[in-house]
Amino acid sequence: MQKVIREKAIELLRSGKVDRVLGWKEGEFFYDQTPHLFLSPEEVERTFVYNGFSGANLSKYLVKEGLKEGVVAVFLKPCDTYSFSQLLKEHRIARDKIWAVGIPCEGKLDIELLRKMGIRGIKTIEEKGDELLVSTIYGEKTVAKKDVLAERCANCKSRKHVLYDELLGEEGEVLDSARFDQIEKLEQMTSEERFAFWQNELSRCIRCNACRNVCPACTCEKCVFDNADSGIASKAPASSFEEQNFHIIRAFHVVGRCTDCGECSRVCPQGIPLHLINRKFIKDINAFYGAYQAGENPDERAPLTNYSTEDMEPGDVFKKGE
Amino acid sequence: MQIEEKFEPTIVAFCCNWCSYAGADLSGTNRLQYPANVKIIRVPCSCRVNPMFILRAFQRGADGVILCGCHPGDCHYTTGNYYARRRMTLLFSMLDFLGIERERTRVEWVSAAEGAKFAATMNDFVATVTRLGKNRRLEDLRCKK
Repeated sequence: MQKVIREKAIELLRSGKVDRVLGWKEGEFFYDQTPHLFLSPEEVERTFVYNGFSGANLSKYLVKEGLKEGVVAVFLKPCDTYSFSQLLKEHRIARDKIWAVGIPCEGKLDIELLRKMGIRGIKTIEEKGDELLVSTIYGEKTVAKKDVLAERCANCKSRKHVLYDELLGEEGEVLDSARFDQIEKLEQMTSEERFAFWQNELSRCIRCNACRNVCPACTCEKCVFDNADSGIASKAPASSFEEQNFHIIRAFHVVGRCTDCGECSRVCPQGIPLHLINRKFIKDINAFYGAYQAGENPDERAPLTNYSTEDMEPGDVFKKGE
Repeated sequence: MQIEEKFEPTIVAFCCNWCSYAGADLSGTNRLQYPANVKIIRVPCSCRVNPMFILRAFQRGADGVILCGCHPGDCHYTTGNYYARRRMTLLFSMLDFLGIERERTRVEWVSAAEGAKFAATMNDFVATVTRLGKNRRLEDLRCKK
């Protein structure tokens, strides 16, 4: 696939149809890829990559790119097109300056899962169908691809692109995913157990703001968290659980706009499953106000900018199942 | 000699200007009693209450937060409380999901004529929160003055 995408990028740049191409290139390590703006066909030839580690959702970068002169081409995986469509709906992107190329995705890999298997000193990873050939400094190993799929890809919600200008490869379908299973498991715990679970997870938070910065739904120019008067600026937390307010607010600000792309969990340096908080909101919206997928239908009203006189009362949330 | 300290919760009540604040006023003129733990903050409409306000109150040491507004359908701005209702439903569900005691938050619709309901609600809420004890799960010591 990398070859096809590179050729497309070079063709678009050579023909003058676009001035820049947004894609992925290797970062510090081959599994640590970074989004990159390619300006020339030679640069694409040299450094453009697309493989199991090209996880970054490029749609957020289009907000800034749309403000520049000229046209930018962008490669979007199916789940990225949901974010793209949602940003268009919010009038955040100048559509005429974007050339969106849909590309297929077979699921992205999580290097941490390989490490958890005890595989160290990884030099290269080669994808062969359903298997991965991992060569390490200690020798070679073959692992099943489904065992190292990132959580968001193991529970992929759709392989169908919402919108694009042109498509490489074949169009997939919307999938039945089991993405709410873990939420249900948490919901069945007692309040104490849930508190312990989240205290364990969120106490690792170092407030690096990576989840906020990467989120395609977080595009405010002035963010509420950049507030020197909040009282918490440049102070270390006194207890281990004080960053939870940040996470509730972060998730609440994208309610009804979060497409569940899973970028927040991907970039978290502490490996906190942040997408669970967002996914809980999505599950609640589906349960309380009817099924809604952000980014799917540009004409639909978002659940929080809409109401019904028949809506449930906040207190009724807890009456269910008791 | 041992001094027994009784826990007095801090309760923040967001009351909309048109119904609930007037309801609180009515309960006062009717000489109905409700605990002094309740600190009322007047807002133009229940819809004015950003979920952040509620979290901020908890962060700075409130033990319970209650939001009062006009009954659905009676909003001074026609639809404000419908939007507030959706937001609070989602917020309370999330707080419960994170393991925060569910009784610490409440939404109650109180009209300007329901002075008695206002006093009864506040008595009940303060009693509930007193039973729960101090809010330890959502406070943030950095924000305390």
